[in-house]
Amino acid sequence: MTKTGKAHETELDRVLDRNRRDRGRLVQILREAQAIEGWIPPETVTAIAQGLGMAIGEVESTLEFYSFFYRRPRGDYVVLFSDNITDRMLGNQAIFEHMARRFGVARGEVSPDGLVSLDFTSCTGLCDQGPAILVNGIAIPKMTLRRADQIHDLIRSKVPVSDWPKDLFEIDHNIRRADMLLGSDFMPGSALKAAIAMGPEAFLTEVKRSNLRGRGGAGFTTGVKWEAAKKAQADERFIVCNADEGEPGTFKDRVLLQFYPERVFEGMALAGFVTGARHGLVYLRGEYLYLLAPLEEKLAELRAGRLLGRAIQGVEGFDFDIEIHMGAGAYICGEETALIESLEGKAGRPRIRPPFPVVCGYRNKPTVVNNVETLCKVTEIALQGGAGYEGFGTKQSTGTKILSVSGDCERPGIYEYPFGVRVGQVLDDCGARSPKAVQISGPAGTCLGIREFGRRIAFEDVPTAGAFMVFGEHRDMFAVAHNFAHFFAHESCGFCTPCRVGTAIQAKIMDKIAAGHATQYEMNELQHLHDVMRTGSHCGLGQTAGGAIADTIGKFRDDYEQKLARKDFEPAFDLDAALARARAVTGRDDADSHMLDHA
Amino acid sequence: MSDYETFLLDGRPVRFERGQTILEAALAAGHYIPNLCHHPEFKPHGSCKLCTIKVNGRYGSACTVKAMPGQEVSSDTPELNGNRRVLLQMLFVEGSHFCPGCEKSGNCALQALAYDLEMLTPHYAHFYPSRPLDASHPDVLIDFNRCIMCELCVRASREVDGKNVFALAGRGVASHVVVNSPSGKLADTDFALTDKAAHICPVGAILPKRVGFAVPIGSRTYDVDAISTLAERRATEEA
Repeated sequence: MTKTGKAHETELDRVLDRNRRDRGRLVQILREAQAIEGWIPPETVTAIAQGLGMAIGEVESTLEFYSFFYRRPRGDYVVLFSDNITDRMLGNQAIFEHMARRFGVARGEVSPDGLVSLDFTSCTGLCDQGPAILVNGIAIPKMTLRRADQIHDLIRSKVPVSDWPKDLFEIDHNIRRADMLLGSDFMPGSALKAAIAMGPEAFLTEVKRSNLRGRGGAGFTTGVKWEAAKKAQADERFIVCNADEGEPGTFKDRVLLQFYPERVFEGMALAGFVTGARHGLVYLRGEYLYLLAPLEEKLAELRAGRLLGRAIQGVEGFDFDIEIHMGAGAYICGEETALIESLEGKAGRPRIRPPFPVVCGYRNKPTVVNNVETLCKVTEIALQGGAGYEGFGTKQSTGTKILSVSGDCERPGIYEYPFGVRVGQVLDDCGARSPKAVQISGPAGTCLGIREFGRRIAFEDVPTAGAFMVFGEHRDMFAVAHNFAHFFAHESCGFCTPCRVGTAIQAKIMDKIAAGHATQYEMNELQHLHDVMRTGSHCGLGQTAGGAIADTIGKFRDDYEQKLARKDFEPAFDLDAALARARAVTGRDDADSHMLDHA
Repeated sequence: MSDYETFLLDGRPVRFERGQTILEAALAAGHYIPNLCHHPEFKPHGSCKLCTIKVNGRYGSACTVKAMPGQEVSSDTPELNGNRRVLLQMLFVEGSHFCPGCEKSGNCALQALAYDLEMLTPHYAHFYPSRPLDASHPDVLIDFNRCIMCELCVRASREVDGKNVFALAGRGVASHVVVNSPSGKLADTDFALTDKAAHICPVGAILPKRVGFAVPIGSRTYDVDAISTLAERRATEEA
């Protein structure tokens, strides 16, 4: 598959030209450059650096940050298994091992013939239809051993992924409860028409009156955010749609982008109408690559219908268009300032705030970053007015919220409820027979036990970005927290000490507990580390990374204690294990002979 | 009303000028707040988190939070110093720091802070990372095992030397400083011993070659005075 130097050079040149040799587009350039050979060789790094007038280290800084960029050759087929706890509960590890055996390739390795490489990846957002995999970036849900065999055969016979049977890629929306948003018909352009009739000022007043709060989890008031960006002094403004739905267990934005894209895009145009921004950017997570082509088509359709582009709906001066940027496998880019760094072609390390993006965001211009669901909600406000909207939900959390339900329940999928719904109600509706716990808003959120199922989904009680993972009575909550600990260690951006090192130490301690070598001492260590990470980390990732561990220790301590050694302390270094090989070589079988208490 | 503004640091009033961060104002007034990635000549970085303080009950980095009149700031408390010790321990186990054999011993901010905050052991299991040295340059050695990711070399080379020799790459614990040359080696850059970046490293990651024990251990900067005492004295002398 290796291309000759000349052909490679020409293709790379085309990639650079297509991206206007703009260093701000480095993440996009690396994605396209990687498509040439499946990985990014050193000569490509040098050529990109030269082509963009950047230092090699600056290109490497971006390149090495994202999980989906490779500096070493990969297989012609790259198979990545989603490794959220819900995938594990559905048996992803057995299927992975089956496939690894059939290909004769180990985790993270390339098969000797260069055909295939296998690995795990963070949650791909298909928790309601897992276990899920990505093959060359394209998602396949509902994996079974049979599907694994089918995929094995397709790869062995070198069938291009584009020619694989279509049913492999079919993704269900699994909408189980539709309310205000999912249940209503939407005529593209109708929200814009209503807002144009009101005028930007009056429409902003309506958005403020609705008290709509951001659906990404933080719950900042949308109208206030828009107003701040509108009032900021600048010659240019940007609207960013945060479609980097990376929180494990969350997949509602995927459904909105696939089945309600005109709502999302029209919401962005409405934000542009109010703030005066002319450019919209969608930051689409790399795992949702299969949505890129249909979304591009939808954009073309909207432009043709004068719902995007110049003089929208014939209103002179109302110009707004949208461009889609792909992410490349980095959870932290869901944090709005990390997302902006990534949009600018850099590694996704969160910025120091203030200044906030509404004042100084993308390219240092005022930037509104809104969640996919929030942007859908503003179309409702344009159509129904703020006062009408206010009637739904609770006083502090108006409107409806879409939940992504997965785990131990009969009907996983998408549930839209007015805010204020009790956790127990959702559990009943999704057919969770004997739930032991629910992890709300993903690993960064809250773990609730049975006694808390009366609590409500609302910003003032249990806030959420949407994830709702159900764990049945037979589940080991230590295993859940163990999975989350490795997720955070893998996804920490590495900028600040407490998160970079703290998440790694926590993951190691959890490994030690899993191996049966830990004691009560480690339980205290985990709690103490969480305190330091929570109070000292630069952004929400580190501040919340130890939360699931602290929650599960507090509520499901038995699940941990079963695994603890009955000692006061056991060192991290296992002398017996270290000596095992020497013993084998010398033929000694008296393990523990160095231990004083060994009789 | 007085004609200057103050905030309270551990109960003592500290004067400040508008625009100053809490750390800048505190240091100028002779009140030390532990810090590693901060440097007065560069923009706040906010990555080491040693300067984590409480402002009106909320946690923040003294190097990035702007001083405001009437703020109540706590810094020298058992809780915050305890957390600082943990952060130092994290840095010690993440890299490989062998103080007794390090030419920077006694001049190293990490070591000095560990003494000052009474860090007695590294506490956590060592990571023992594998980070090859770069000894390619005729005058300067880089031992990445001692790097604490403060990016002072990155910033100094970019902003003062105008050379852009370093960058931070990787993610999470795999984060590491890279050298901007096709070979990745320092010798293949225009880096020079006279660069600001050659002398800004707070730890022993970037060292001039052929200098060893010119000042004996025991008589070096922080051997003589604690890092906090030194910072406070410097402020008094400047005032």
